[in-house]
Parts: sequence; structure tokens; C-alpha cells
Amino acid sequence: MKMGEVDIEATTEPLLKVEDLAVDFHVSGTVQRALQGVSLNLKRGRTLGLVGESGCGKSVTSLSIMRLLPQPPGHYAGGRILLEGRDLLSLPEREMRALRGGRIGMIFQEPMTSLNPVYTCGEQIVESLLVHSGLSSKAAMDRAVELLDLVGLPSPRERAHDYPHQLSGGQRQRVMIALALANDPDLLIADEPTTALDVTIQAQILDLMTDLRERTGAAVLLVTHDLGVVAQTCDDVVVMYAGGVVERAPTNALFADPQHPYTIGLMAAVPRIDATVDRLSTIAGSVPPPWVTLVGCRFASRCPLADDRCRSAVPPLRENGPDHAVACWHAPIEEATI
Amino acid sequence: MSAMLEVRGLTKHFPVRRGLLRRVVGQVQAVNDVSFDVNEGETLAIVGESGCGKSTIGRTVLRLVEATDGSVRLDGEQILNLSTDAMRHIRRKLQIIFQDPFGSLNPRMTVAETLAEPLLLHGLATPDNVDDKVTELLRTCGLSSFHAQRYPHEFSGGQRQRVGIARALATRPRLIVCDEPVSALDVSVQAQIVNLLQDLQAQFGIGYIFISHDLAVVRHIAARVAVIYLGRIVEEATAEALFAAPRHPYTLSLIAAAPRPDPTNRDRSKPVQGDAPSALVPPPGCAFHPRCPMAQQVCCDERPELRTLGATRVACHFAEEVVPETATPQPSATAPRLQRRLDVLQGEALKRQNAI
Repeated sequence: MKMGEVDIEATTEPLLKVEDLAVDFHVSGTVQRALQGVSLNLKRGRTLGLVGESGCGKSVTSLSIMRLLPQPPGHYAGGRILLEGRDLLSLPEREMRALRGGRIGMIFQEPMTSLNPVYTCGEQIVESLLVHSGLSSKAAMDRAVELLDLVGLPSPRERAHDYPHQLSGGQRQRVMIALALANDPDLLIADEPTTALDVTIQAQILDLMTDLRERTGAAVLLVTHDLGVVAQTCDDVVVMYAGGVVERAPTNALFADPQHPYTIGLMAAVPRIDATVDRLSTIAGSVPPPWVTLVGCRFASRCPLADDRCRSAVPPLRENGPDHAVACWHAPIEEATI
Repeated sequence: MSAMLEVRGLTKHFPVRRGLLRRVVGQVQAVNDVSFDVNEGETLAIVGESGCGKSTIGRTVLRLVEATDGSVRLDGEQILNLSTDAMRHIRRKLQIIFQDPFGSLNPRMTVAETLAEPLLLHGLATPDNVDDKVTELLRTCGLSSFHAQRYPHEFSGGQRQRVGIARALATRPRLIVCDEPVSALDVSVQAQIVNLLQDLQAQFGIGYIFISHDLAVVRHIAARVAVIYLGRIVEEATAEALFAAPRHPYTLSLIAAAPRPDPTNRDRSKPVQGDAPSALVPPPGCAFHPRCPMAQQVCCDERPELRTLGATRVACHFAEEVVPETATPQPSATAPRLQRRLDVLQGEALKRQNAI
């Protein structure tokens, strides 16, 4: 059921377009690959999940979009990051600074380290509002309280005068979200926003993010390692492995019809709360370290189907279904493939 | 017949000191009146959210933290009042695996040195045969003999956890406390370690106290589960019973809040509200009542005792009325295509393995 290559970009122009992004790290005289040929599209009002295991490059991708990658050691080695057609990689830092916290909102994993401990929650939101929107300080404070209310913080007027350490982890993450939403961003980048939180608090925060996305119409890029979070919140998914995209699909299609051997292995390895198996399925071996030069498919060293072609030629990301692209020479895997 | 490990009324309060004179101004009630059994070759999971006291329970059982009150019997022998000397012999039988194996392995010792130490200390090996024993341990845990001369920083997270398990296994323990052993690992590696723990249990009949916040892993590995809220067991049952018919509203909300990796089964229910209260000033009555959707006046006034209800022990005034909101139809564990492709991959992997 292989289809020809379809240009899905032609339908509606995405808000964010990452094309062929490559990032290297220059570490003590050596060049280590962090990203190779990463492409993704994100439309308004959609949530895109960027999923993969540690070291796959998902956080480097999100940091690159915000241009927050420390340089050096980071180095943009190629590609483009287009926000409504403007290439973020060529913007001067001053303009980039206006985008961050303005049109691009950011939520990080650990709200304790990303909030400033010596300012109250209200002051931090006010600062962002003053810098980006030119409100008066009084109006900004009112707006800050309004935002804290929006993210479901109880008694927001009092909480605005609290310092981050006076709040619980879940409340801090709510403040972080209020801060990210302060200037009505078009794009919200959330890097593992619930990983440090307990499961009941995680459910609250994910609920809140879904609710806010529906209300504001912002596009959300959700970076996570958790397939459960992806399944519950994302419209589309990009699966990354060892610095590259191995599969890209609408969420339902990815879970119903996973194509890449890595995606299949990953999904089968997740223990389920709603079903039992005798033995968990595993993926043999481990991720190739970043200093190893990859020839051919990046998953070849762990793939049971790998043959000579896989080890010598990089499989392109090919459309294998509606909006469903996979970088595997053997896809779709059926009995007949081997 | 008594269980291998019997814990009765285990309590641990940490004093809170303030001011110049470090006067005790309060008590953090980390663990309160916790009782459970662990049988040989059985896994008891202790689950709960951060700060609920689950790690303290594990450490108190091992006497890494001294209990305030209660008793712990291993094979009938009370261990909480043993002298340091007598305890040393018991420690051979009680081991622990930590969440972060890097923090728990000595960075200046090779793996061989780390593993040889307990073997020699407990007289389980002599200097002549210790190398063989170390190699055997490494093999048992899925590592090879060439790993022996390496240092912890040279290993990946999963391999390091294997070393941590080998170290715990060295003294041939009766019981291992596994304190969030797979929480820091990626999912594919997590599955390898979970399988290893299960293999070792089947091979050596070790009992596990498996401390975790991840209900999906717990469901997979545990025979019985104790749910902790603010230092107390609120529900204990077999894994099967607990997940099929949770009796405590907190258990219910924990299970409901776990995100299912299944986009066709999206949870639209409202998650439980609020944060866990502080163990310094626990709320009166049932500790869960400020967050509980079923709470009534009696829940604020009277703390529900742990009582038997069918095969479950539960501490809730209204346990009979707790029913899972949606009797979710048992979904097929894996999408049919996923399963079919997985079979192809595994078949091919097996074929290649046999060809070597």
C-alpha cells in the first residue's frame, strides 16, 4: 500500500517549519552529532509531540527553535527554522529576544530552576508583560493576577505576592504556564512539562494545557519521553532516535499503525496499566553514542531487520500513508517483507 | 505459617528543629503504623506520590533509618533492636537497589572491586575464587566479564543499574528493597531491567519490596500492592484486585490519572484536584479528605482504620461505595498491527540469534 510522495505542506501553511536541521556539538576538539536532517511542521491550534528517549535530540530541537542552545559547544550546522516564513536561525539576537516570551512561550521541566527565586511570581509575569506589551505597571499586575487565575491557581491575588519556593511543584508549573502565556504566544514550547510532577498533578497540568490550547488557539510543541502523555494530548507525533526523525504521523495513526522498528519496539516496551503481559518486550542493545559516525540507518545496530542496505544507505523519510512518514527501508513491515 | 518478612506497626517520625538551640518544634510523620508481609519469592509494591513516605518505609525496614516504633521480623527474628554486630549478619540477607545507581556506586572502585567487597566481607568467596564469583554475578545480571575492570562512569544508565543489582545480589539476599529502580531509565531499558528483576526472583526466590510511583510498572511486576498516602497504608490488595476494583478513592484517582498510551481511549474525566498535604501538619480525620470527591463530615472528624473488605485491606469510611467511574472495557493490550509487526521483528531477531 505504498503511496507516492505527497506534498502535505501545500494544504495549509504551518506556523512553524523546521527543515533539515543539523546541530553539532564541538567538544574538546571533536565534532559530535546532535541532530541530523530534522524536519517537522506545526500548524496553528495543533499539538505536536516530539517523543524519544534520552539523547535522541528532542530537547536540542526545542532549544534550537528558541535559539537557546549554548554556543559553543552547540553549532548550527545546517537547515532552517521558519516561524511564519522567517528563518529564526538568521535573526539577530535582539529580535530573537523579542520573540522569546512574546510570540514564543516556553515551559520547562523544572519550574524551580526556571523561575527566579528572588522575585515574586507576580513580578516575573509583570516583567514579561512590561518588556513585550508596554502595559502600565498597574495594568500589568492586574493582567498577571488574571493569568494566574486562568491557570487555576487558587486565590491568585495573594499568590502573586508569593515567591516560587512558597508554592508546591504543581503550583509552580502553573505559574510557569501563566508566564509562558502572558503575551498570547502563537507558539508554546513545552519541554517535559510534567516529568517532575506526581501523576495526579501531571493529569491536572495536561488538562490545563489542553484547555488553554483550545481557548487560545496557540500551536504547542510538546517534548516528552512518555508515550502515554503523547497519546493523551497530541494531534501529531514525531518520533526521534539518535538525533534524527524516524517516524512522523498523526497520533491515532502512529499508535494504530506504527511503522518504524524503533517505534514498534518502544511501544511494545511500555508496561500497561490497563492490561497485563507475562514479559515486557525489550529493544536489544543501546543507543549509539554521539561520537560514533552513523553510516546508513541510525537504528541499524539494534534492528532485527537490518541488512547491508540499512547499514550503508540512510533511508529517507517516505510517506507511507496519509501524513504518515517513516524512515525505514523495510516499511511497511509485513510477513512478506523478509 | 508466618511470612518471611513481617512488618508490624512501623512508625517513623522525624523531628523538625528550628532556631539557635535546634529545639524540636514539630514532627514530620513520615511513616505511621504501617504493617505488611512479604513472602519468599514475592513482590510487594509500595506506591504513592513524592513525600508520602514510601522510601522511608524501605529504609526503615533495612535500618538505614531507625524506626520510631514498630517491629520488623525477618524469618521470625526481630531485627529492629539488634546490635550493630548482630545486624551485620542480617544485612547479608537484606539488600537495596537505588534509583540512581551512579550515586550509589563508588566512582573510584572498579566494578570488580565493588562486587568483590561484599563477597569477601561475608565470607562468600575467598581471595582465590573471588574473580570467578564476580564473573558469575556479572553474567547473571546480563553483563560480561570484560565489564569487571571498568569504572561506573564508563557504563550507560541501564548497565549501571545492572551493576547495582549485581552488588545487591552478591550476598545472596532473602529480600531486596528496590527503591524506584527503573524510574530514571528510558522505557526500552526499563523493560530490560524489569525482566532481569523477574528472572532473578524466579531463579533465587528473592522477595522484593518494590517502591515506585509508576502504577503501570507496578501492575506488571507486583503480586501485591500497598498504596501509601501521607505515611499510612490506605489500601492493600493483590495487584489483580487493586487494579480491577480499587476500593480507596485515592487509589482510584491514581489509576485514573496514569496516562494510557492509547489515543483512542482519551481520559476526559476531571483529575483529582489539589496537592498532597504536608506531613508536618496532616489534616484531621482521613488525610485524603481535602482532595476526596466523596468526602463527608465523618471523613474530617474520624480517621478511618485499615479494615478488611473482601480480599482487600482499605482505610476509607465509604469503601463499599467506591466504584471505578467507567468500567473500561478491557482494551486489546496492543494494537493488532503493532502486535503483528512485533511478531515479525521478534521472529527475525530469534532467527538471527540462532544463526550465530
